[in-house]
Amino acid sequence: MEKVKQKDLILYSGLIILGLAAPYLFSAFKVQLTYLCVLIVLAMTWNLQGGEMGYNTFGNILFYGLGMYLTASVQVGMFFPLAEWTESGGEKTFVHTTAQYFQGIGVGLLVAAIIPTIIAGAIGYAILGLRGHYFAICTLGLGIAAGEIAGGIEIIGAGQGFTTPPFPAEIVDTEARGKFFYFLSFALLVGTFIFVKYIYGSRFRLILNAIRDNEDKAEAMGIQTMKYKIVGWMCSAFFCGLAGGIMGGLIGYIDSTDVAFDGREMGVFMVLMAILGGKGTLWGPVIGATLFHFFKEGLWTLILGWQYVALGVLIVVIVVYFPEGLMGWLREKYPERFGEVIDEKDRKAQVELK
Amino acid sequence: MDFLIFKAPMLMVQASLDGILLGILFALIAYGMALQWGVMNIINIAQGDLVILGGYIAYTIYLWGIHPAWGVIISPIIMFFVGWGLYKLVINKVVDRDLFISILATFGIAIVFQQLMNFIFGADVVVAQSEYGTTMLFDNSVTLPNSKIFSAFISVLYAIALVIYMRKSKLGRAIRATAQNARAAKILGVDTEKVYAATFGINAALCGIAGALISITLTLHPYVGLPYTVRSFMIVIVAGLGNLPAVAVSGMGLGLFEEFADYILGTEFRIGAVFLLLVLILVYRRFKLSRKREYLK
Repeated sequence: MEKVKQKDLILYSGLIILGLAAPYLFSAFKVQLTYLCVLIVLAMTWNLQGGEMGYNTFGNILFYGLGMYLTASVQVGMFFPLAEWTESGGEKTFVHTTAQYFQGIGVGLLVAAIIPTIIAGAIGYAILGLRGHYFAICTLGLGIAAGEIAGGIEIIGAGQGFTTPPFPAEIVDTEARGKFFYFLSFALLVGTFIFVKYIYGSRFRLILNAIRDNEDKAEAMGIQTMKYKIVGWMCSAFFCGLAGGIMGGLIGYIDSTDVAFDGREMGVFMVLMAILGGKGTLWGPVIGATLFHFFKEGLWTLILGWQYVALGVLIVVIVVYFPEGLMGWLREKYPERFGEVIDEKDRKAQVELK
Repeated sequence: MDFLIFKAPMLMVQASLDGILLGILFALIAYGMALQWGVMNIINIAQGDLVILGGYIAYTIYLWGIHPAWGVIISPIIMFFVGWGLYKLVINKVVDRDLFISILATFGIAIVFQQLMNFIFGADVVVAQSEYGTTMLFDNSVTLPNSKIFSAFISVLYAIALVIYMRKSKLGRAIRATAQNARAAKILGVDTEKVYAATFGINAALCGIAGALISITLTLHPYVGLPYTVRSFMIVIVAGLGNLPAVAVSGMGLGLFEEFADYILGTEFRIGAVFLLLVLILVYRRFKLSRKREYLK
């Protein structure tokens, strides 16, 4: 036991050092690395619902988009009139000072974390009562409805989009912007990982798994399933909101359906990444997101124009042929590594049965 | 947001007629979805994209100089084989699996379809001109394009034909038997694999008809498929599986809702209203069912 812990310690500290050094080592890829961190966060939080709880949601994009709009709105609205900003394309007439920018984004991220969490709690009772595919379709509708409605609201830019405040011009260092967003997202990633790892070691995870395996039975055992489902969704909403806020600042421009409530890209990516890596595992979403991001960045430019076709085919292939994901496949192959005890007799009997 | 519709009663009539005619079209798509859901236990997210593809087939023959109304015959024939091929390629691997797998797999298919249509037909909004003219009612205060009346008429015609086919033909009976109990049907000699393929093909053909009608009454665009999927899903969950009159009624209800939402909230919120209605219906259903559960306790 002691040995395993030491091994883990080396692994984690190695990863953290790698993460801290990454923007200096791969200086040209800071934006991609930021994306990677956010993708991992989204995949891990999706895994809490889809993998652990068995509630396959398409709706986590709702919190992501909300976080994005909230951060930008707060960042602007704290110092300038929001309506005039969005109407004039903002950054030309009003300029944030350095202090204002960082204050704004700090408060904005705080709001972006809290309000989606509250919303998740508020709608959770109604939405999470749905089972199976009804839940999936309902959350799909929720995400798209949010995008369409946000596209009609004037004060946040409606259809023409919302330009987030540009990085303060007083900071001369051209690398500063990339580094700032990278470290922000890396901090979020570390926070999310610690949180999810804590959940994995707790009773809470067992309850979520019980809900996944048989909700009625779990209820009959005296677990207040609804309470745990809502809390689980609120946890996801918290991190998704933060991730959205960071992405809004990084991209610099928010469009209602293409950037914020981007069900066609981000909303599918998070499901795909978690399934690719193996849902219901701690490391699966991390590995899945990393692989997917490398695949995406590597191939996207090669097959320009065909990327969505490739994405669609990828979804079909992964879902139809590898529904257990990479970790599931490894687990099948090397069960000993996952701490599963194999009964040789039983195994032989099963082989004979086949 | 001025509530013009409440001041002018004729606008109300206009919206109602538009809504009902549109709703019949939605009901046709929903019937296809109910069919495959009932028989194969699959929710097809690509339903709307099959519709749009059918529409583009009609639009293509319109570009060749043939009247687009012929699309209601040509498009279902082509779409039947598209559906059959799709079944053999992907769907047959997800039939017996978890419903979410079918949702996600068809979501992937939808993305592929959207993008391919975008390549082939371009990203512009297109419409096939039927040149059927318009009918004026009530002293010219209500205008009704004849193409909409035509589309409603054709939808009803095909729906009736399909119902008769399901009742009388051998394949129709095999499909109904498989829907009731696939295993028993298999034991009694029904080739369920073929039934599934035919069901998916018929569904695609229905989408083809609806698409051809949409190409002359509404507009086509590669990315507007998903709202049609959601509409048909909504109609099916309200009406239930295999209840055709209810499908027709709830289709018309949805059409009415949409037209009125269009007038009251504004066109930019139309799609948003549809998706929001879906969420509301599901939530309503959840509370209704949970009350039933408590009652049982």
